[in-house]
Amino acid sequence: MTSSTVSGATAKQRSRRSRVLGRLAFLSPGLTYLIVLMLIPLALIISYAFFRRGRFGGVVYELTGENFTRLIDPIYLDVVLDSLKLATAATLIALLVGYPTAYLIAQLPARWKTIALIAIVMPFWTNFLIRIYAWIVLLSGPGLVNTVLGKLGLGPFEFLYNQGTIVTGLVYSYLPLMVLPLYAAIEKLDPQLREASANLGARPARTFASVTLPLTLPGVITGCMFVFVPSFGNFVIPELLGGGRSIMVGNLIRDQFLKARDWPFGSALTLALLAVLIVLLLVQAWSARRA
Amino acid sequence: MRKPRLLYVPFWATYVFLYTPIVVLVVMSFNAGKSPYSFDGLSLKWYGKLAGNATVAEGLVNTLIVAAGSTVLATVLGTLLAVGLARYSKSRLLDGLGVLPAVLPDLVLAIGLLVFYAMVKMTLGLHSVLLAHTVFGMAFVTAVVRTRLTHTDTSLEEASRDLGATPLTTFLRVTLPQLMPGIAAGAMLAFTLSIDEFVIAFFTAAPTTPTLPIVIYSMVRFGVTPEINALATLLLAVSFTVVIVAQRMTRLTESLS
Repeated sequence: MTSSTVSGATAKQRSRRSRVLGRLAFLSPGLTYLIVLMLIPLALIISYAFFRRGRFGGVVYELTGENFTRLIDPIYLDVVLDSLKLATAATLIALLVGYPTAYLIAQLPARWKTIALIAIVMPFWTNFLIRIYAWIVLLSGPGLVNTVLGKLGLGPFEFLYNQGTIVTGLVYSYLPLMVLPLYAAIEKLDPQLREASANLGARPARTFASVTLPLTLPGVITGCMFVFVPSFGNFVIPELLGGGRSIMVGNLIRDQFLKARDWPFGSALTLALLAVLIVLLLVQAWSARRA
Repeated sequence: MRKPRLLYVPFWATYVFLYTPIVVLVVMSFNAGKSPYSFDGLSLKWYGKLAGNATVAEGLVNTLIVAAGSTVLATVLGTLLAVGLARYSKSRLLDGLGVLPAVLPDLVLAIGLLVFYAMVKMTLGLHSVLLAHTVFGMAFVTAVVRTRLTHTDTSLEEASRDLGATPLTTFLRVTLPQLMPGIAAGAMLAFTLSIDEFVIAFFTAAPTTPTLPIVIYSMVRFGVTPEINALATLLLAVSFTVVIVAQRMTRLTESLS
């Protein structure tokens, strides 16, 4: 009795010691790395947003709110609103095209399903900048699109360097990220539910609105996030397809850091971008809990 | 089940939309002429030019160094972190921290690191890109290995411990072998993402050490050159081969086990 209590206590002690050691050995390297190269950099952005800009770039450590009041300046506010508009447009178009596509893929025979899905992801396998370049070639004055339209007696049109081109580029780049979560949601759907709805006399549109769509809503929301987030903060697509002006927040932020050297204002813009995305993530989490 | 005919329109439109630019790139890479708008006969001329392009070659070498280095670091750190989170922590906050780099917009991470490197007065170069790529590579390794961990049987680890093995021995001889497929998948993901990554590299690389995506960016920005088409075709061919080989290998290991 006594001996077993003693050995039990030491075993408990040993296990507690090994847990502490385990925590140190497994958790500390990765967490240290994340603290130094992610959390501290994020904290720097947050704090720089409250400091004044030095006369020759750099940061003067003097507290100020002016970087945030500048955000409401119509010049910058318009850019933020334009980014919201363009990213929303890209997300909605991707959803409208992606939903039927994912719906049909989910009904294909198993073998074709795999091929159709791989074909959705495959454009990701070549460099994303090169794919954007391909659109410059396609949409330019003498490009393929105008040539085809010309044969039909239309055009030529000036497609390049406007907001429509940017939306095209965004949809093209992120459409696969819409289709995949939608497919996952539609795949899981029990076909009997739709049959039941049809047997009870609902028309296909009614079945879609009251059965299919509500049940696949989590997939819709995930897909929309996957398209909206990289679209909203993008600076490469608006630069290459939008004609090089500061059209979206991403360009504006890039310019503050690499051209204007106004790091405090750039930090404030970055925080604004993060704030929009955090609101969206909260909405997503909230809707996921309700589902 | 009934498939509404009308749905085939957006379905095929999606594939036409996704593949037209890629097909045009591949076809034009074999174009004998310089114009990107007319096909003037077959030629491998642009592949020859590309092979002689020192900037592209240098960018490729830089990219491979960064990708290999950050993959090794990310795999080691990510695997340890995944095991630590699954076995030694119940904190949801730490869980969230582990995947944060994967959901953080690349521009935000890029700017944070640029500011951080400037503050600690670190000179930029390949090492700064390598350290930056490790941040998000690690998040993906952690996520993949964690998924694998939740599916592994903890009773094997308990048995090993009960038989007197030290935690280190248990980790090396029981946990790690079970995790291998997950670790390999995470490493491949980290490598692929690093090779293609542009935004973070753009902010954290020195002008003298551009990675391949940065080289491509300047090629695309400063005029149309058919060499890009040849490069696009080659990249597509490489990734296609890698995916086919990876699929064959998983099928092989599945049939062996």
